Amino acid sequence: MSLDLGLPALERAEPRLMRAEPLLTMSGISKRFGNVRALRNVDAKVYPGEVMGIVGESGSGKSTLLRMMNLEDTPDTGDYTLRLPGRENENLFDLARYERRMLCARHIGIVYQNPHLGLLMKHSSSGNVAERLLIAGERSFDVLRDKAREALDASEFPLDRMDARPIELSGGMQQRVQLAKAIALEPALLLLDEPTTGLDVSVQALVLDTLKRLQRDRKITMVLVSHDLGVIRTMADRVMVMRHGEVVEQGLADQVFQDPQHAYTQQLVHAKL
Amino acid sequence: MSLATLTKDWAATSYGFLDASAKRELRRKMLKAIAVPGCQMPYASREVPMARGWGTGGLQVTLTLVNPTSVVKVIDQGADDGVNAASIRRFISRVSGASETWDTLGASIVQSRHRIPEEMMREDQILVLQVPNPEPLRGVEPNISIARQMHADADYGKLWLTLYEQIVRKGRIMQGASYPSMVNGRHVMTPSPIPRWDVPKLNMARHLTFLSAGREKRLHAVPPYTRVEPLVFSDRPYLVEDHADLTCRRSGVQGFFMNELPQDGGGSVFEVSDSNLGIKALNKTEGAPTEIGETWYRNGEYSA
Amino acid sequence: MTSTPLLRVQGLTKTFRMYHLDSMLHAFEGVSFDLFEGEFILLRGHNGAGKSTLLRTIWRSYLPVGGHVFYRSNHGEIDLANAADVDIALLRREEIGFVTQFLNARPRVAAQDIVAEPLLLAGVSRAEALDQARHWLDQFGVRPELWRAYPSTFSGGEQQKVNLARALILPQKLLLLDEPTASLDAGARAALLRRLAELKRQGVAIIGVFHHPGDVETLIDREINLSTRVVADETTEREDVAL
Repeated sequence: MSLDLGLPALERAEPRLMRAEPLLTMSGISKRFGNVRALRNVDAKVYPGEVMGIVGESGSGKSTLLRMMNLEDTPDTGDYTLRLPGRENENLFDLARYERRMLCARHIGIVYQNPHLGLLMKHSSSGNVAERLLIAGERSFDVLRDKAREALDASEFPLDRMDARPIELSGGMQQRVQLAKAIALEPALLLLDEPTTGLDVSVQALVLDTLKRLQRDRKITMVLVSHDLGVIRTMADRVMVMRHGEVVEQGLADQVFQDPQHAYTQQLVHAKL
Repeated sequence: MSLATLTKDWAATSYGFLDASAKRELRRKMLKAIAVPGCQMPYASREVPMARGWGTGGLQVTLTLVNPTSVVKVIDQGADDGVNAASIRRFISRVSGASETWDTLGASIVQSRHRIPEEMMREDQILVLQVPNPEPLRGVEPNISIARQMHADADYGKLWLTLYEQIVRKGRIMQGASYPSMVNGRHVMTPSPIPRWDVPKLNMARHLTFLSAGREKRLHAVPPYTRVEPLVFSDRPYLVEDHADLTCRRSGVQGFFMNELPQDGGGSVFEVSDSNLGIKALNKTEGAPTEIGETWYRNGEYSA
Repeated sequence: MTSTPLLRVQGLTKTFRMYHLDSMLHAFEGVSFDLFEGEFILLRGHNGAGKSTLLRTIWRSYLPVGGHVFYRSNHGEIDLANAADVDIALLRREEIGFVTQFLNARPRVAAQDIVAEPLLLAGVSRAEALDQARHWLDQFGVRPELWRAYPSTFSGGEQQKVNLARALILPQKLLLLDEPTASLDAGARAALLRRLAELKRQGVAIIGVFHHPGDVETLIDREINLSTRVVADETTEREDVAL
């Protein structure tokens, strides 16, 4: 039984002061896997330079949504645009596989929870970073080397191990290699899929700190998916709360955590505290 | 009406050993391969009286191309007189009536394993290379379906990455043979196990080259006057084997690809790998009338 | 002081809805007041009267359920009560400051960098920003040997000084103060008072909640008492707020 106990919070208006257009716009995203409705009419807007957190439990559709942002999957219905030069009005889901791959390589970086998804385990760490640059057409060995070193350094990876294979590295270091690979081409959008889940708490804090530094120094637009409210709270400017494939609530991070509007969000926040 | 009236008379074998449908299959795929330079075409590889892996791919292409006026040269590691080369050459001539030769200049079809002759080939000649592994991406992508998709997307990042890794680990590119090369700016091929020395010969060559793998059932081609560019970093030049200063101990020729013969004392002596070139050089010194054609390398420098 | 208020709060109402208790918590209802540039309003009231809640509702950590908060921003007038999240984020970056007793200390960022950040974001050169940062750290009594240290390891009082230096380094249009003097020593309190007076002279409008209002007595223009809903001007004369 639901008690209507009073007024709901005021409906929020469309942005009026913000002059920047959203970098990422997704609208009406729906996806079914058999009988499961993984995403139901999801809308999302992410503005340049902000960190959007997506929180929800397993099966809420958050990772599916992120995979779509990385063009690894397409929805049954819905549009996706990124404000990249020359591509402003293009629904990226309509792109051919080749175009999609080139666009991802150049403009979207991703860090997966599982480093095996994002890294070639038996190649060197620097090579993993260099691969991105090679795909983008860089053909000078010295430039590749320098840029790989630079990206690894920005990810606070110890440079004396830059030619070690990721399989020989700890989990935290593997995430740094993934991060270096993701930022090597200075992407417009950085996607983070549970980037610190499964790491020791102390390592997790260090990786998050690196992410914050990168965000501050480079103003990279990020979308961060996590079931860990602590991670979202540390990182995100705005938050989307997902459940059963729907966005149940979104708002400024401090507002969602301090004054959650939806019963489910309250439950999440209270469970955390 | 009996069945016999509807069918052809029995004959011991078809011309050129392969039956008509096999040759039609190969011709179609060879034409396709020429149309898309460097792109691997799958084909129905037939049985020939030779074990897979001994040049059956090259043999099927040659048997399809051959006619009674053809002149066939077969080389194995540069030599015409190896058992394998001699047997293949004899077989081809026996089933087709084509004549045999050791002379590169006189051949209309050159079937080869591991080498491209040092004498420059002409528009009217065809080179058939026997290829064990036609897939340059095998080392980086074991799944053939994905590898095909990568070719379709010209997604050669991982291939470049292996070259990067070789420089990082060993200080230089270690790839000795089958050096991955971009054909016509679009498809990367592995040019059979020819040494790095021979790869430049394929670039803008006057002759047509087929590369065929019988066991893997795929062939590709480099048409005449087609760009073949080894994958190299802009600041790490492509290096061929360091054979420019070596001299053949038998023929005395210098500046060609050599075979190394280790000696008891720990040293080595060298013999020119293209054995027919060595023979011609010897004939010439002995005063016999011999024509040595223009070579791709002059004084050890590639100059075509 | 211009004749149009910077902030017009009209009938602002905040109710928390607590699903797990099936209940409502009424924080405040129908609060109205105007705030002009350069004006300092003190919020009074007993514990739980909703002083901090009102600040946070204007800041939009809390979503109001009714009323308006018209704010005259540099980009035009906007109702903070229902403005889009990105607009609020923009105003927080550029025009509205909120000072709590807690520092959002980030690991491995030096005190002077934390303080300089708002200036850097506003486009001030790094050297100039660090100069000013050191000036304010000094003003609030943070010892020079701590300027390059990481405040996450500081004591509560020292953290609060860093926090204040950061929050007050850049004059904003509207400043919300939630008990900034808690855990400050006398020297830092005096520095805070000096800085607030200076900002007020520059036209910054301030709404504050203070545990010891005596600390800022000289700055207060008006008081709003959320317990009795009474507002007082700078004289001791009191009158009912028109709600």
